[in-house]
Amino acid sequence: MSISIPTPHIAHLTEEDYEHVYEPAEDSFILLDALEIDAQIIRDDKPIICLEIGSGSGIASTFLTQLIGPGSSLVLSTDINRYACKVTLRTAQANNITLNPISCHLLNPLTNRLKGKIDILLFNPPYVPTDSTELQDTQELRDIGGSWAGGNNGMIITDVILDQLPDLLSSNGKMYLVTIVQNKPLEIINKMQLKGLICKEMIKRRAGRELLSVLRISRK
Amino acid sequence: MVRLITHNMLACHVKNCTKDNFPLSFSEVELVIRPTEENLDFLKRFLPKLDWSALVHTARSLGDESLPEEMPEISSWTEEQLKALHHVLMEIHVEEGNMICKGCGHVYPISNGIPNMLLAEHEVGR
Repeated sequence: MSISIPTPHIAHLTEEDYEHVYEPAEDSFILLDALEIDAQIIRDDKPIICLEIGSGSGIASTFLTQLIGPGSSLVLSTDINRYACKVTLRTAQANNITLNPISCHLLNPLTNRLKGKIDILLFNPPYVPTDSTELQDTQELRDIGGSWAGGNNGMIITDVILDQLPDLLSSNGKMYLVTIVQNKPLEIINKMQLKGLICKEMIKRRAGRELLSVLRISRK
Repeated sequence: MVRLITHNMLACHVKNCTKDNFPLSFSEVELVIRPTEENLDFLKRFLPKLDWSALVHTARSLGDESLPEEMPEISSWTEEQLKALHHVLMEIHVEEGNMICKGCGHVYPISNGIPNMLLAEHEVGR
């Protein structure tokens, strides 16, 4: 019943790259697992426009492209960290697919045009609870720290996207969001339901000190 | 690799820039043509997402005159027309250059195929 999609090649990435870009870890792989569980649904939906916010190494954007079928959808990948955009491009090349990295904060230059058009949205956000100074500093530095420092409850960056989400998703649209227990996933589920969206915890898994979940948020 | 399919989705997002903020105008560009496999079914499905006028005028600014001013009815596209569209959307890559907002003049540089859409703190709208 399940479809198996090969894990993208990332052997081209070096120790030096991982000084600037988040190295794929359990939280990256749980997102791939969630996509794999939904592989048939995603393929049947024939997504046209997909977006990953904070693509980092590019592993999730690459996996999604391979899942849908190369050339069958537009996959846009943003990152505030310019080094990550370059690495995302290299990961695409190493896996013989095309990705479209854009260096920006969240999806700001895309918001106008993508309203109501996003079929798949991936976000493995900076989810670690930190104080607000650390959040601000890491976002301004636009380097690896921005991949994890999440401010109060680890939700400051995620909430910016969740607040816009009802305007972003297409009628078939789905968001896959990585969270940890400190982000209070149950509160997220309630909050999104109040906005008229359906929100389900797809996977929950302990990885070292982190209790990770993937939430799927959709219109129907 | 800024292809025109991506460019068609990018708007200026400088604070208070709401007029003529789309499409961004290319200048001083270095283009590379990379032939790629056609997926005409995908293109047909993508048509309703396009801002056609922005695409046509952008393609013309890059020297490609192959697209008609008005978008043909979705059901009436010929294979030849779809192939021309495939070339414009998927095969023209802007590797270096600038994208300039016609409204506020903000310049978004492209280097090594990656557009830099980051703004300074005082330029951010929200």
